[in-house]
Amino acid sequence: MTPTLANYLIASGLLFSVGLAGVLLRRSIIIIYMSLELMLSAANLSLVAFSRYGLVSGHQNFDAQVLVFFIITVAAAEVAVGLAIIVSLFRARQTTHVEDLDTLKF
Amino acid sequence: MHLSTVAWITLLAPLVAASLILLVTRTNRLAASGLAILAALVALAGGWTLFLKHAEGVFHGFNWIDFGKDFSIPFAVALDPLSCTMLVVVTTISPLVFIYSIGYMREEEGYWRFFAGLALFLFSMLGIVLAANLVMMFIFWELVGVSSYILIGHYYGKDSAADAAKQAFLVNRIGDFGFMLGILLFWVATGTFDFTGVNGSAELFKAHPTMLAVACVLIFCGTVGKSAQFPLHVWLPNSMEGPTPVSSLLHAATMVAAGVYLLARIFPILSVSPDASEIVAWTGAITALGAGILATQQDDIKGILAYSTISQLGYMVTGAGLAISAALPMFHLFTHAFFKCLLFLTAGSVIVAMHHEQNIWEMGGLRKKMPVTFVTYLCGMLALSGCYFFSGHYSKDLIMACAWEHHRGIFWFVVVAAALTPFYMTRQALVVFFGKPRSEHAEHAHESPLVMIVPLILLAIPAVCAGYAPVEQYFFHAVGSLAEPEVPHFVDLVFGAAFFIGILGAIVIYRGAPAKDPVRIPAFHNRFYIDDFYFWIVRVIQGGFAKLCSFVDRWFIDGLLVRGSATVVWTIGFALRFLQLGNIQAYALFFAAGVVGLLYLLLTIR
Repeated sequence: MTPTLANYLIASGLLFSVGLAGVLLRRSIIIIYMSLELMLSAANLSLVAFSRYGLVSGHQNFDAQVLVFFIITVAAAEVAVGLAIIVSLFRARQTTHVEDLDTLKF
Repeated sequence: MHLSTVAWITLLAPLVAASLILLVTRTNRLAASGLAILAALVALAGGWTLFLKHAEGVFHGFNWIDFGKDFSIPFAVALDPLSCTMLVVVTTISPLVFIYSIGYMREEEGYWRFFAGLALFLFSMLGIVLAANLVMMFIFWELVGVSSYILIGHYYGKDSAADAAKQAFLVNRIGDFGFMLGILLFWVATGTFDFTGVNGSAELFKAHPTMLAVACVLIFCGTVGKSAQFPLHVWLPNSMEGPTPVSSLLHAATMVAAGVYLLARIFPILSVSPDASEIVAWTGAITALGAGILATQQDDIKGILAYSTISQLGYMVTGAGLAISAALPMFHLFTHAFFKCLLFLTAGSVIVAMHHEQNIWEMGGLRKKMPVTFVTYLCGMLALSGCYFFSGHYSKDLIMACAWEHHRGIFWFVVVAAALTPFYMTRQALVVFFGKPRSEHAEHAHESPLVMIVPLILLAIPAVCAGYAPVEQYFFHAVGSLAEPEVPHFVDLVFGAAFFIGILGAIVIYRGAPAKDPVRIPAFHNRFYIDDFYFWIVRVIQGGFAKLCSFVDRWFIDGLLVRGSATVVWTIGFALRFLQLGNIQAYALFFAAGVVGLLYLLLTIR
């Protein structure tokens, strides 16, 4: 059985939901960060799927696949910055639990 | 030298002197008085040259305001018999007062400032006399207002002087506002500001007599302010706070007469409107009588003269309203300028001798100590009272005859005023110069220095002679007709009787020069409470309005708008800050819920 666009999109949706659930429910900021990456990957997956199945006048359109490369590149750069922030946050507060990081409330 | 050059030199010499004093020589006393007197003498020579050569015509200097042919105002001088005669009056009196000021101001501070102010005044006054159009006259009109403000407020350290200066300026402003509206109305109707154009526009107004009357009365508002007519007369008595030469030159002889000169200037068009003429005549008559009544109960030597000035200005204004030619009010202006200037200068001489005591009930017995002042005072006083063979008699007599001819009601007003004049002047003469000295200063008074006395003597001559027929013919034959209307002999008799009744009444009441005023009428003494009434108006109406403004500002602008909006913003912010939980996952939940909500909206609402 060949997978259809719908199968890919369901997989992407599941992946996104898992990521969102992780962001909303987990306490450790590292895990939250990983879940964010998961959501990003879900978006990438749906992009690739649309690219694979969306034909423009009978030909394949690779624009979305090129976009995915850009996203991966930007995500890598973002991880570098994000992790650095988390490290310095840990150094300052000795914790990675988000419940403890509530200084910005009124 | 062309006559227009003479006119320009006459006009600008005092301005040059004022500028030099203020900018170059500054506190140098000799240079200040020297320059001012030099300028006054140049103006004297120029003024008489123009008069003797019968200069006539309008000379353009430059285009002052130019917006094309519909609206252009040239800076020009107009020479005609009227302006030349007025020029003679102004330029003849000014140098005498300037010279007198050397003596009067000798020990005062601000000597140079004073002479600069006098020179500036002379420039402005000559500007009024020579102005060729209404706007130019208005500008110089304001300039005399400014110089009057400066000179009344000469002793600006004294509250009363500063207040009087302010009051004079502000009260004049009320009249000038009407004057300005009148100028604009004439412009709308005739399209010109030139006196020749305005005076020749009677045809245009044939179908609109009301508009003409309104325009003339609005212009007359300027006269009411400047010539201190009822109800804007209150500033003139208070302006006596200024040094006496100022009272003499500005507030008796020339500046206050500018209002009458203005009426004479627009006389050809004013006389076309019977309604406006009647309003003018009645205003003058009421002022003449009211001020005459008030003069009888004043204690300040200059205050009496101030009210008599208002009264005489009332005569001139009545004359302008009733006459058949502008020569009638101008003739009284002419004689009045000399004798009233003289009276003020003698009063100044007395004041200097009394060490600046002005209350007549502190004086007395000065006749023997100040003989020249006394004799010259008598000349002025008799001329003012309308005594036979003195100048005032002739001009007043003409106004009386004219009033009888044209309006019986006004005639009785001016007759009563004519009886009051000798009354209060005799009262003043008896109290100041006769009897025993009432104070230390009066005991030790002595005659003023020569520099003050010579102007008095020189002024006494025209004060006596200015009304004689040859003089009148010489100065006024070109201005207009001064033929006395045919009146019954009875009118002359009434006028003569008024003079004698006034004098005898005063002698009966004030004979023996009592120590205190035997008659005291509070209403007259307190100026009919008009000043208090105005003060009340200012306090209640203006004060009430100020309170209302303050209320609106405090409660509406400040309270509702400024603080109200701030409170609203603060309250909303206070409520919203409970959403700031500080928990990153809560924010993420809000965000996700928001996205879900938006998606729901997008997908369901079509």
